[in-house]
This record gives sequence, C-alpha cells and structure tokens, in this order.
Amino acid sequence: MQFTLDTSKASRCRMPHEGFSWRGLSMGASQWFKGSTAESEGGESTGGRREGSPWHGLGAVFIKELSDNLSSVRMLVLEILMVLFGAVVVYLAVEQLRQGTAEDQFLFLRLFAPPGDSLLTFVTVISILVPLTAIGLGFDAINGEHNRRTLSRILAQPIYRDALLLGKFLAALATISINLVILWLMIIGFGLIRLGIPPSSEELARSLVFLLLTVAYAGVWLALAMVFSIVFRATATAALIALGLWLFFALLWPALSAPLAEVIAPPDLRYSMLGLQTPDTLIMQTTLSRLSPGTLYSQAITAILNPDVRSLGPLFLDQIQGWVRGAPLPLGQSIILAWPQTVALIAGTILLYVIGYIIFQRQEVRA
Amino acid sequence: MSDIVIQARDLTKRYGKATAVDHISFTVSRGEIFGLLGPNGAGKTTTILMLLGLSDVSAGTVRVLDHDPVRQPLQVKRRVGYLPDTVGFYDNLTAFENLTYTARLIGMAPSERDSRISASLGRVGLADVANKQVGTYSRGMRQRLGLAEILMKDAAIAILDEPTSGLDPQATAELLDMIRGLKHDGVAVLLSSHLLDRVQSVCDRVALFQSGRIVLMGSVPDLARQVLGGGYHVDVEADGQGLANILAAVPGVRAVEQIGPGRLRLLSEGDVRPQAAAAVVNAGGQLRRLSVEEPSLDAIYSRYFQGQQVSHAA
Repeated sequence: MQFTLDTSKASRCRMPHEGFSWRGLSMGASQWFKGSTAESEGGESTGGRREGSPWHGLGAVFIKELSDNLSSVRMLVLEILMVLFGAVVVYLAVEQLRQGTAEDQFLFLRLFAPPGDSLLTFVTVISILVPLTAIGLGFDAINGEHNRRTLSRILAQPIYRDALLLGKFLAALATISINLVILWLMIIGFGLIRLGIPPSSEELARSLVFLLLTVAYAGVWLALAMVFSIVFRATATAALIALGLWLFFALLWPALSAPLAEVIAPPDLRYSMLGLQTPDTLIMQTTLSRLSPGTLYSQAITAILNPDVRSLGPLFLDQIQGWVRGAPLPLGQSIILAWPQTVALIAGTILLYVIGYIIFQRQEVRA
Repeated sequence: MSDIVIQARDLTKRYGKATAVDHISFTVSRGEIFGLLGPNGAGKTTTILMLLGLSDVSAGTVRVLDHDPVRQPLQVKRRVGYLPDTVGFYDNLTAFENLTYTARLIGMAPSERDSRISASLGRVGLADVANKQVGTYSRGMRQRLGLAEILMKDAAIAILDEPTSGLDPQATAELLDMIRGLKHDGVAVLLSSHLLDRVQSVCDRVALFQSGRIVLMGSVPDLARQVLGGGYHVDVEADGQGLANILAAVPGVRAVEQIGPGRLRLLSEGDVRPQAAAAVVNAGGQLRRLSVEEPSLDAIYSRYFQGQQVSHAA
C-alpha cells in the first residue's frame, strides 16, 4: 500500500503501517503505544480505504474546544500576563518615542520594536508569551482526554480521529489569534491616543503581517506540545518536556550554535589571522541557529517590523553594491526577505502536526 | 432481514508476539443480551474495541450491522452505543451540555437535539440533575449518563464494558434494570464483566473468556448442563417415608442428597419443583418448603477450570 504525506489520503486510511513501517518513530514512545507491532496477517481488512468524511464532527470539536479555551482559568491567566506585559512595554516604548523627534517614518512600528537594544520590547514579550500560551493550550490536548477517560467515549462517536486532533489544533490556534488581535487593537488604540498621529497603511500592513507570523510561530509550539500530549500519558510530563525544549531553544541554542559551527566547519586560519570570520563557519552557524523556531521568528519579524533591515544573514561585499543608504525597503521586499523564515515556521508546524497525527492514529485508545 | 447484528469469525488480535484475542467467533442477535465474561486481561475489552473499529483487526472478520468496522467505522459507530469501562465525561460541563456535545458529534439535527437529550436523561432518572456539573456526579450517575448517551443515540447495539464495576448493590440493580429496558426496546446488548454473578441474571447467552479464547458459550442453563451435569439445586423440606427414593425417581433429577432431618437436596437438570411437589404429596408426605437455586456461573466457571487443571495434571 502506498503511503503519501498527502493529508487527505492519509486521513482516509487510518492504517498506514502495511508496507510502510513507522517503527522508527514509534520506538521512542512509551509502552502504551502498541500499534506499530500489530502486523496484519492478510485478511480483507488490510489496506482498505476508509469510508466517510474525515472532517465529520470537526466543527463540533472546534466550537467545544474554543469555548473551553476561552473560558478556562489557564487562558485567563495567560491573557492577563499578555495584557500586563504588553501594556508596560508599549507604555515604555511610547514614552521613549515621545522624547525623540517625530522624524521617524515608521513611528507606529517602533511601538512594537523600539529602536535600541532594550530587552523590554513588545516583540520580546510576545516571543516569550506566545510559546508559553501555545504550550499551555496544547500540552494536555490528547492525554487530558485520556486521563479524564473521555477519549474512548468520544472516539466511539461517528467521527475520525482526524476531526478530534484538527479541531483541537485549530481551536487553540484560533484562541491565540483572538488574543493577539485584541492585543494588537489595544496597542494601535493606545498609540493613537498617546502619539497623536494615525498609523500609515504600510505600518498597519506590516503589523498585520507581524500578527500572522506570530500565529505561525505559535503553531510550531502548539503542534509540538500536542505531539507530547499524544506521546506522554502524564500531562505534567508533556508540559515539562515542551517547556524544557522551549527554554533550550530560547536560551541555550543561540549560544550553542557558534561553538557547534566551529566543530562542524572549523574556521580557516587565513581568515582568523585577519580577524575575520570564516564564511563557511558563519554560514554553518546561521544554519544551525535557524533550527530554533525562536530564531526564525525573530529574524522574520525583524525584517517585517524594521523596513531598514536588508539582510537576515551574513552579507558579502558584492551584495552591498548599489545599496542606497537610509532608504527603507518596501513591504513586498521585506516580505520576500522574511519569506524563507515564514515558510520554515509553517513547514515546521505542518511537520510536527503530521508526526503527532501519525502517532495518534496508531495509538491504542484503551485506558 | 437477518436478526444477527454482530458476527465475529475467527477474530484475532496480536500485539507483537502476544495474542490478546485468539480466533474467537460469536454472533449476537437483535434484542439479545450477550455477556462477555472472564477475568481481567482475558481479551474482552480488546474484542469490544475491534467491534467498534477502534482497534485494528489482526485476522478474521467482523460484521456489525452488515458493515465492516475497519472500513466503515462511521456507519458502525453511528448505530452502536458504547459505554466504556469507567466512562468519563467533561466535569466542567453539565450532563445536558455533555450530551449536547455528543449529539453535535453525531450530527443530530438541532431541532430534535434538546428533546432527545431530555427524554434520555429522564429515562435514566437524571432529569433532576441534568443541569448540574458532571463533576458532582457519583459513579453510578456517570454510568447512567453513559446509558443516556446510548439512548439518545437511538443505538441498535449497546456495547457496555464492565458496566457494573465499582457500583454499590442498589446502583447495580438499577443499572441492570435499565439494561433489561434496552433489550425490551429491541436493542442488542453486548456487555462484558469479570463479576459473573452480577450479570448472569440479565444475560441471555454468555461467552466465557480465558486468555483470549472463548472456552464456553451458551445460555447459563445450557452451560450448567454441559459443565455441572445439571446445575439446579432444589431443596425440599418434607416429612414422609422413603421420600428420597420417590424424589430420585422424578424425571430430571440426577441425585438426591440428605442434608438434614427432613431436608433433601435434589440435583436436577431443570426446575423440578412442580414434579417434586406432586411426588411428595402423592406419596402422602407433608411438604413444608420447596426452594430452587439456579445454577451459578461462578460454579460453572470454577468447575470448568477445575476440570481443566485435573486434565492438565493427568
């Protein structure tokens, strides 16, 4: 039987294991993951296409999960955190902007990413709180149902597992999006009052692209947290591992990528003598650091929120030819600059979701 | 139209080298209560999950309502109600909201949703607490809510996994009454239990599981005849001369045992109380008490496995 990663096909046949073994994937999972060892012995039931729509019941799951998310105490706490931090950093940014002259063409964008290297910017707050929210919404998606013993009852209703998983994923993503849009509106409103000038259409467009990027970034952590919620039975384990991985990528990985790059691509003595970085080492370091979704996200939003940014990696002399200093990039060019990072974030989300999907499809539902 | 709603033939489930369910075959008909009985880990729940299409089938075939649960799980699950072992509901929602969610998942028309939920909650006696959070429910109430879900679904088959485990005697009796009610509606009921005595009273036929195989299948009196060679104990208290011999001659009686002065125990193939009473009266005896003890599954089960062990030893 052919197995392709085309989700519409994969969703209709729930048993991709004949002829294609996902054993490598499953070995790391805990012992309640028994599906991979179930080998079919002929019989007509193998490899058949499943009938009926995999999306049946998706709407019901989505609405239920969305209302659960929006009314949960957990989400309330995260919302308060977001608003609190957002208000403080935006206030600081506004006060800083009011000190300077209004020469800046992109005053409103400075609300999100103020100039200077202050840590207390809206962008840093968001890049910390969004993964936290995503993990908070995803870490008990499936194992929570298991532990409440609702999973087998729900799956005994006429729906495929696809609907349950996708419904939960989309509901959590919608929850985050709703929060971000509200936050965005609050910032625009606050900026209007305190700065006294309306944002230009390009600024609005850029900040909306920033919102979309943030949702994509949230998707990565949400999909990751949901994978852990499928693999680990204990919700605390899933939450801790997801948070640990996030801390690793946020704090350790940026520091690790430089020494690792020097090991993989040792610096050339000829460059070191001149006090320059070896191009190969530099490229390897950039590549490694981009394995972290946090790096990808911060690079992408840097390009979007700072029209002056022209490159997100090492820049060679011949690339600077014809550079008009001080001229900001148009939005389209900034999007092109951020495009690889954006695609990587979306691809990462889809990849993690598919991994979770495959594991979930092959999992035993019994308690 | 066939009355057979579940048909399993040589159904097998393997986990790696271990075989959880080993070539079992059985059928369940409309309006029948079929019991899957046996110790924990004997393969009952695995069998149930295969019937629902929630677990892959390693070998053999299953037909549920003329559908293949592996290929057409939605059609099967639309008409089959399932009450899992220790059923769970969303504690933060009320009983009504929980059932509303299920009704939405089923795709029930919004116009009939509320009335069907109310009716089913009424039937299981939860109408008064329908708007309380399920978190406040006792175990017995949760089991009844699970039955309400099956009623609301208007299922043709109800599959109940250990429905009585952890319930107090009164809750058990109530639940068993409701299960009889399902049978009355023409629903085929498949229930599993490791408590043989509890469910023997409701089951029309039972299948006794032992390490993944069905070792005995049939109605309880049939099994009693097969295994115990009879199974009914009729106790007679009567005064009279030579009653033991007279009673031994009654058709169906296999043995007579004197268990006290004026007290006799008959081992019989059926309920022979009328014949025994007539025999005592005809012999001029004074009948004071007559009682019957139906064969218990426990006795059948333990006798069966005693026999197995003896034959293994020999």
